Amino acid sequence: MVAIAQVDAASLVVRDVKKSFPAPDNPLSRRQALDGVSFSLAAGELVSLVGPSGCGKSTLLRLVAGLDFADAGDLLVGSEPITQPNAERGLVFQDPNLFPWLTVRRNIQAGLVARGVLQEKKNEVDQFMRLVGLESFANVYPHHLSGGMAQRAALARALINHPKVLLLDEPLGALDAFTRMRMQDEVLRIWEARRTTMLLVTHDIDEAIYMSDRIMIMTPRPGRIERTIEVGLGRPRQRDSTDFLRLRSDILNYLHFAGQK
Amino acid sequence: MEAQEELVPVTPVEPPSVLRWRTMLAVPVAAAFAFALHLFIAKNEPPLEAHSYKLLYVEVIGVSILLALGRRFSPGLRRWMANMWPVFTAAIVFICIWDVITLGLRILPLPYFPGPAAVLRSLINDRFLLLDSTWHSLALLLGGYSLGVIAGLISGVCIGWSAPVRYWGMPLLKVVGPIPATAWIPLAMVLAPSAIVSSAALIALAVWFPVTMLTASGISNTRASYLDVARTLGAGPGYLIFRVAIPAALPNIFIGLFMGLGASFLTLVVAESVGVKSGLGWYVSWAQGWAEYGKVFAALIIMAAFFSTIMTLLFKLRDRVLVWQKGVIKW
Ligand SMILES: Nc1ncnc2c1ncn2[C@@H]1O[C@H](COP(=O)(O)OP(=O)(O)OP(=O)(O)O)[C@@H](O)[C@H]1O
Ligand SMILES: [Mg+2]
Repeated sequence: MVAIAQVDAASLVVRDVKKSFPAPDNPLSRRQALDGVSFSLAAGELVSLVGPSGCGKSTLLRLVAGLDFADAGDLLVGSEPITQPNAERGLVFQDPNLFPWLTVRRNIQAGLVARGVLQEKKNEVDQFMRLVGLESFANVYPHHLSGGMAQRAALARALINHPKVLLLDEPLGALDAFTRMRMQDEVLRIWEARRTTMLLVTHDIDEAIYMSDRIMIMTPRPGRIERTIEVGLGRPRQRDSTDFLRLRSDILNYLHFAGQK
Repeated sequence: MEAQEELVPVTPVEPPSVLRWRTMLAVPVAAAFAFALHLFIAKNEPPLEAHSYKLLYVEVIGVSILLALGRRFSPGLRRWMANMWPVFTAAIVFICIWDVITLGLRILPLPYFPGPAAVLRSLINDRFLLLDSTWHSLALLLGGYSLGVIAGLISGVCIGWSAPVRYWGMPLLKVVGPIPATAWIPLAMVLAPSAIVSSAALIALAVWFPVTMLTASGISNTRASYLDVARTLGAGPGYLIFRVAIPAALPNIFIGLFMGLGASFLTLVVAESVGVKSGLGWYVSWAQGWAEYGKVFAALIIMAAFFSTIMTLLFKLRDRVLVWQKGVIKW
């Protein structure tokens, strides 16, 4: 186990955000990807965002990260409006996107180098490599890593900046079921130790229930948050407890995926 | 949590160091055969003419027998011989055929196509001038090439990174770049204070264009997601350019460096034969002026060795720098 200092988490407010893109078939018209998305996360909360493919989850995360601009609406971290990317808002992308020209260690310390604080924080690099179990792969280039290892390295790379808000875009989507459950516990442990505010995009209902305080369900075309569900189970959670399973079947019924009765 | 996934083995398995007798004996046998054939062909020639040529064969036979005896002690030597001997054999056969065609059958007109023995003699007799010419060529080439690479990297990064620079720079690059550097020779000779300076500038120009082009395209095609990742990690413009865009563009940049190197060889030889009074290009046209074709061929051989050595060094540098690439492309 690695001792991790707590950070002062920040609240996140998204108010009536709209975002459109040029329609792929007709460059003159625009297609609404997000249409009036509103929600807020208290400091230190872990909230999941689920929804079908193409409903605008990644688009929303990019807006919160500051990589794109909203057409309308407000995005606030604490009381500061989001204007540009910042090391205080970490983003783990859907693909690991490790820099192929850097070794695992250098990838993980990239945030420290970018902020010019590598000298002071050098010892943290080893800590975070141990945290994600990659200490023996420090000098390996990313193309030698399996998908799961690459995603873990990407997670460590985002965590090393101690972001106040961590945005996770299906970070475990590419992993096999076993690694995935292990990593869920790992992310939870990091969250519990540091109380970072986390917004987790996932396709996996079980993952959402297992991990989050609340689950936001998004609908496509135009993207909106349709419903928010309080999970309200104690932690640590059991994946097979009756409450867990009842909540699971509620959500599946709500999404009409429960199957033929 | 411990790492359970296995590392993919990347170190290639060394081929077993088997050296067949057939391969091992090919070199001395071919050399002995070529030697004997030469003695037969050249029996009417003055014997001193081909002295060093014959000596060379004796040396080849001697060394290859020594290596054959020494192979037991070194698997590295065995592997090297197994790898190189077929090529050496082919080279000896080629020289032997050349000997037969020129000196033996006299198929090719003689003053223009001397036999290998005559070329070797020119090579040895003129070695000091050849060495001096190589040295001058090397200095001129390195000067012009590094100037062109530096200028090309700077302009390529600017054009690739900044939209306004691209808007104004790209048309200029597209119009001026494709003109072969050698076409500027008349102008360059008038403008520059000396032939050396103008030649270096022309080589630099020849290198600058492909390096700029490939660097710019590599930089502007940097995967947006790498830049996004870096920005969410707190990177400023310096990090984005020097630690993301340039490394991501390196495979492209190396293609530009290779293209530029080819262009610089061409420009060097042309510039030396028309303007500069030194270097291998000058030596070739000077020897041709005196109808000493043995020297022409000798200089061509030196040029081949010289240029391919430089090319090999650039390949080595690329393999070093681009180790991170998955299964580096072979070309
Ligand atoms: N840069 C872009 N240009 C044009 N259209 C875009 C762009 N980015 C996203 N879109 C469109 O916006 C919509 C939402 O895309 P987004 O990637 O946010 O979906 P998602 O919910 O993350 O889907 P998935 O679960 O498959 O990752 C899609 O219809 C997509 O085509
Ligand atoms: Mg997505």
